Amino acid sequence: MADGGGCITMDWSKFFSMGGYALYVWGSYGISFVLLAGEVLMLLKRKRNLARRENPQPATTETRLNTSLQGIQ
Amino acid sequence: MSNRRINWYKYAAPGNFYPLAGKMIPFFAVPAAILFIIGMYVGFFVAPTDFQQGESYRILFIHVPAAWMGMFLYVLMAIYAGIGWAFNARLASMMAQAISTTGAIFTFISLVTGSLWGRPAWGVWWVWDARLTSTLILMFLYIGFISLQSSIDDVRRADRAGAVLALVGVINVPIIYFSVQWWNSLHQGATITAKSFKMAPSMLAAMLIMLAACWIYSIAVVLVRVRYIIREREQEAPWLTEAVA
Repeated sequence: MADGGGCITMDWSKFFSMGGYALYVWGSYGISFVLLAGEVLMLLKRKRNLARRENPQPATTETRLNTSLQGIQ
Repeated sequence: MSNRRINWYKYAAPGNFYPLAGKMIPFFAVPAAILFIIGMYVGFFVAPTDFQQGESYRILFIHVPAAWMGMFLYVLMAIYAGIGWAFNARLASMMAQAISTTGAIFTFISLVTGSLWGRPAWGVWWVWDARLTSTLILMFLYIGFISLQSSIDDVRRADRAGAVLALVGVINVPIIYFSVQWWNSLHQGATITAKSFKMAPSMLAAMLIMLAACWIYSIAVVLVRVRYIIREREQEAPWLTEAVA
């Protein structure tokens, strides 16, 4: 990056080291990404729970119970 | 004056808002993802290295938009909660509840990234200075609002209690905003004001693109969440079984 905009290949190790601040910079973006992605995942989980509650299927619990009983035998 | 007037009150009814919100979600979710990518590209590859802070200043491209979102969303949440309380509007209260989670997440991001920026810049993870402390109080206000609402079984009573807390807590937002002017603070003052900005244009561009991405992302997740809140709260409503099926 120091040799200006003319270069096409760039030094990735230098880029990832962030001038010695890698832990702080990537830590910040990593935590932010995990939190926002976590928010989206929690919404998807909420959607699944809602769908399950709105269309209850008693058969699934029964089959699940049967398979667990088979596991014991 | 046109004779065709849009009846805005129509969309105050959850039954009419639910399908509308569903149609709007992709128009916010997709641009949000694209803007995050563009913002990160400009922030890491176009914006130059800061001569004082080196590369660590790149944290600010997420820190500053997240801090702004934490404050904006709090005010928005309080307005919705207040409307829901004053006009007995169910949907407004549901919007306040939907906004609170996203606002809390952005406030938490601003606190964590601020700490990670402060360690190399100031040499400390945390100081009890006016801006940091008032932002921590904002985080507690969000947590208080969310836990107060979830602790009351009657949803409309929970909405009213939450609205009181949200509206009283609004006083904290100007305190955060002006804290760097009112008190001696380690935190730097506003870099972007209406009259000027003290940074390279590409740095400003990265920050504004990231802010736009955070805004549009917030609208998308709030619309998704408010639809789930509607479905959870209005389980017996006949319109809902038609809309979901």
